[in-house]
Amino acid sequence: MIPLDLITALPELLLACLAMALLMFGVFRGDGATPMVLLLSVVTLVVLIGLIALGPRGEGVAFDGLFISDFYGDFMKVLVLVGSATAMAMSLRYFEAEGVVRFEYPILMLFATLGMMMMISANDLIALYLGLELQSLSLYVIAAIRRDSLRSTEAGLKYFVLGALSSGMLLYGASLIYGFAGTTNFETLADVFAELTAAGHGPSLGVIVGLVFLLSGLAFKISAVPFHMWTPDVYEGAPTPIAAFFATAPKIAAIALLARIMMGPFIEFVAQWQQIVVVISIASMVLGAFAAIYQTNIKRLMAYSSIGHVGFALVGLAAGTEEGLRGLIVYMSIYVIMNLGTWGCILCMRQKGVMVEGIEDLKGLSKNHPMMALALGIFMFSMAGIPPLAGFFGKLYVFLAAIEAGLYALAVIGVLSSVVGAFYYLRIVKLMYFDEPVEAFDTPIGREMTVVLTGTSLLVLLFFVVPGPVIRGAAAAAAALFAG
Amino acid sequence: MLETAVVILPLIGAAIAGLFGRAIGGRGAQVVTCALLGVSALFAMVVFKQVAIDGQTRVTELFTWIDSGAFEFSWAIKLDTLSAVMLLVVTVVSWLIHIYSIGYMSHDKSVPRFFSYLSLFTFFMLVLVTADNFVQLFFGWEGVGLASYLLIGFWYHKPSANAAAIKAFLVNRVGDIGFALGVFGTFALFGAVGFEQVFAAVPGQAEATFTFLGIEGHALTIICILLFIGAMGKSAQIVLHTWLPDAMEGPTPVSALIHAATMVTAGVFLLVRLSPMFEYAPVALELVTYVGAATAFFAATVGLVQNDIKRVIAYSTISQLGYMFFAIGVSAYGAAIFHLMTHAFFKALLFLGAGSVIHAMSDEQDMRKMGGIWRRVPLTYGVMWIGSLALAGVPPFAGFFSKDMILEAAYAAQSSHGALAFWLGIAAAFMTAFYSWRLLFMVFHGRPRATPEVMSRVHESPKVMTLPLIGLAIGAVFAGYLGFEAFVGEGRVEFWGAAILVLEGNDAIEAAHQVPLWVKLLPLGMGAGGIALAWIMYVRMPAIPALLATRLRPLYLFLLNKWYFDELYDWAFVRPAHYLGRGLWKSGDGAVIDGVGPDGVAAVALVLARRASRLQTGYLYHYAFAMMIGVAGLITWYIVSHL
Repeated sequence: MIPLDLITALPELLLACLAMALLMFGVFRGDGATPMVLLLSVVTLVVLIGLIALGPRGEGVAFDGLFISDFYGDFMKVLVLVGSATAMAMSLRYFEAEGVVRFEYPILMLFATLGMMMMISANDLIALYLGLELQSLSLYVIAAIRRDSLRSTEAGLKYFVLGALSSGMLLYGASLIYGFAGTTNFETLADVFAELTAAGHGPSLGVIVGLVFLLSGLAFKISAVPFHMWTPDVYEGAPTPIAAFFATAPKIAAIALLARIMMGPFIEFVAQWQQIVVVISIASMVLGAFAAIYQTNIKRLMAYSSIGHVGFALVGLAAGTEEGLRGLIVYMSIYVIMNLGTWGCILCMRQKGVMVEGIEDLKGLSKNHPMMALALGIFMFSMAGIPPLAGFFGKLYVFLAAIEAGLYALAVIGVLSSVVGAFYYLRIVKLMYFDEPVEAFDTPIGREMTVVLTGTSLLVLLFFVVPGPVIRGAAAAAAALFAG
Repeated sequence: MLETAVVILPLIGAAIAGLFGRAIGGRGAQVVTCALLGVSALFAMVVFKQVAIDGQTRVTELFTWIDSGAFEFSWAIKLDTLSAVMLLVVTVVSWLIHIYSIGYMSHDKSVPRFFSYLSLFTFFMLVLVTADNFVQLFFGWEGVGLASYLLIGFWYHKPSANAAAIKAFLVNRVGDIGFALGVFGTFALFGAVGFEQVFAAVPGQAEATFTFLGIEGHALTIICILLFIGAMGKSAQIVLHTWLPDAMEGPTPVSALIHAATMVTAGVFLLVRLSPMFEYAPVALELVTYVGAATAFFAATVGLVQNDIKRVIAYSTISQLGYMFFAIGVSAYGAAIFHLMTHAFFKALLFLGAGSVIHAMSDEQDMRKMGGIWRRVPLTYGVMWIGSLALAGVPPFAGFFSKDMILEAAYAAQSSHGALAFWLGIAAAFMTAFYSWRLLFMVFHGRPRATPEVMSRVHESPKVMTLPLIGLAIGAVFAGYLGFEAFVGEGRVEFWGAAILVLEGNDAIEAAHQVPLWVKLLPLGMGAGGIALAWIMYVRMPAIPALLATRLRPLYLFLLNKWYFDELYDWAFVRPAHYLGRGLWKSGDGAVIDGVGPDGVAAVALVLARRASRLQTGYLYHYAFAMMIGVAGLITWYIVSHL
């Protein structure tokens, strides 16, 4: 059976081998080879996207049930890979300009991506933890990759300590679940719980407490309230392209993992965990909306924005239905695109060779850089959820699912906090279009930036014209998870 | 097809002049609107011959407008004698006034806009008179109100014009509430809004009752009174008349077309159109008589002392509308429409003549600053004489036939309200003659009171203005003689056909032909007396008016201030509404709604935002603590809620 297992996990295996090969390449060639390493890394990720989308499909479980490959996983992995590849492509110019070129960071990003793919495909609490830690450890390091910068090291350290705490919680939860259910395999867990329900028993308290701990550990990764506090500090402290990476790929992976657990083995207990998810979701949406208002640093603002977005995505999870899961997937797909575009704009904020991060620096952008202002305006309107931009549809699907599941209060609070959130998104548009220009940003922004900004803004702008592929894909992915 | 063109052509003209005014320029707009309206007037004549003379009444349905259960009706053009007469009057008078405006408005900066509005008004008026259901009629009704508003405020840079436009709109709103309620009541009672269905059902509902404002009453009476309130607003009857004199702020052709000849007669038209309903509501008819008679008398008294040439004619218009209403009140519908038609000609003539005078006097409207110009403007002088003779009811001019018929019908009605209307009408006739000649003498005779520069520029108006005057003068001379036989004479039953319903025993016109001779002669005598008195006071002994004004100062001021209606309304409605609005704005909206609502929520949001930001201390142990508290809180809450 081993060869078949290898086929099933082919993308992960390929990524692991190539990452190690590139590591060797870097070690022997030194920092001077960074552009080459980076290019090859991006190529690797693109090849993987192609492999997952078109290559041989080994659906099913592998490695004695530790690993699962299904359409749901494939869909989420593509999102992760798109996020990673784009973030990586946008990073080179930054590191060159800052004079801190290191070949390790693309390699670390590759390993983090590998960890994320493992998370998405985890079918066992142990596998889950392995993937999660591979990802986290890589991220701790790249958060602090500018080790001569106080803020970067502080960010890395904070992330590491709090991450360790969350890992502890997650492990504690996993051990409780194992203790009360007697297994770590998701499928077996599902069988055990189904038997319990069939026998008329509710879940034992231990399992639910374990689940809450597990949930808390994962909530840290997706920066949901009240496990979000690291996010603004880390986003602000980490190098900007790394923050862009943080905001996209790991969020997808953690959300995908969370959904796989909740909608998989624990779907029997939806009534029990629903209220927890609702609380986390509401708290995230509200805090994301209010706390961002006072931010003056665009990276911190984006941190709170991502907290809010996670809250909205959790609305879909809270519904606990196939429609809800579809909404969640659609939301995360659009979230990735919007965020990549916005972070791309932030990466272009450079005056006389120095990166600037103040919101005020965007004043009058429309006069100096009309196209960039237009792109950023599109992303802001989309994040605020203004039709007909893509962000509106993301919110629409999760709220529809919540209403169908009878979670009216959740939907209403969600809509209200999205109104509050619109304030700070639109304030950026106001600054760009209605205020007197300050110093212009440096040009040219670079070809890869032009491509990313054009591509993402067109996707966001024209999503409503052909929403079919994403909506259908998300529906198929959701159906795959529910069927499994 | 023909009637569709009559109605639609002015709309096309308005659209071209309004939308492409810049492109085609003032001249283009004039040519387009006048040409289209000319064609429309020509077709209207053909339609008039087909319908009124050959008796081809018909209803042309254009397309369904609303079809919702029993609430079902179409855009339609109803042609019977009544609407054919109105079509003819509206298109012909409107066409003449369009042509006149070419000259009158030649110095204005927004010629295309003016012609667009004027044609738009004509379209709405035609929609109104050809309606075959209440809703289309209401559409036209509101449309002419809109056009009136736009044209009164045409010179929007003048604050007085804006105020007058708003006043006209608001006062009409009061009437329109009545009208709308009347339409609702009709639908509630009959379950239909088409005239034919409603009229057919009226006899069956003659005894039905309604409970309105807690009072049970005769349903048809209530509906008719409500509809009459609408007519009072549009036709400036006493209580709701205050907007019309102010509406003179608009350009003079507007006053002639909208505020004399056509729109203000829409109320008269409405009541005549609804004769099958009013005939079954005698109490409502009685009220119409009282209001009409009171208006005729009241407006004439005010007209005696006004000094603005256009205001004199405006009050005269109100007074004449009063005549038409009390004619309706005594069921002399034919006489009302007859007077409507003759009045359209001679009153438009008077207004345009006045416009010609104003034009000659370098935009002066105060009669005290005129005088002695009759040799310089002979044609204007002549047509003003014709108009005044027609207005005063001197034979053989048009007003003689129609006004005398109304007075005779009022007398012949043999009822107390008819008799009251008759005597008030006689008194008004005397005053009408007086103020008409007062106007003529003050404007054209005596010493010139204008400055020498103004006098040196006095000139006759150009041909484009005088030709329409001649056209209207022909109407003012002959319309009465020509129309008498058909409208109110022996041929009237055949002429009107089914358009007007008069119940057995109500036919005042029939009785009017048998009144004693003194009744027929009295109005004539009154007219002659009024003219003579004016001659004595303003030509023979010009000291008398000033003497009277001092001796009878309270009465003079009472009349000069128009019976203090404006002051009364200002005190009773405008100020309280102003205080209420201000109070609601400052304390209600500003303090309560804004304070708690938008501003309050925004302030709270900012406070929350500041607190939320302050949570972020930057200390690692705070963060870790928040996480531990978070997980503990979630578990506690879960356990507590599932116990």
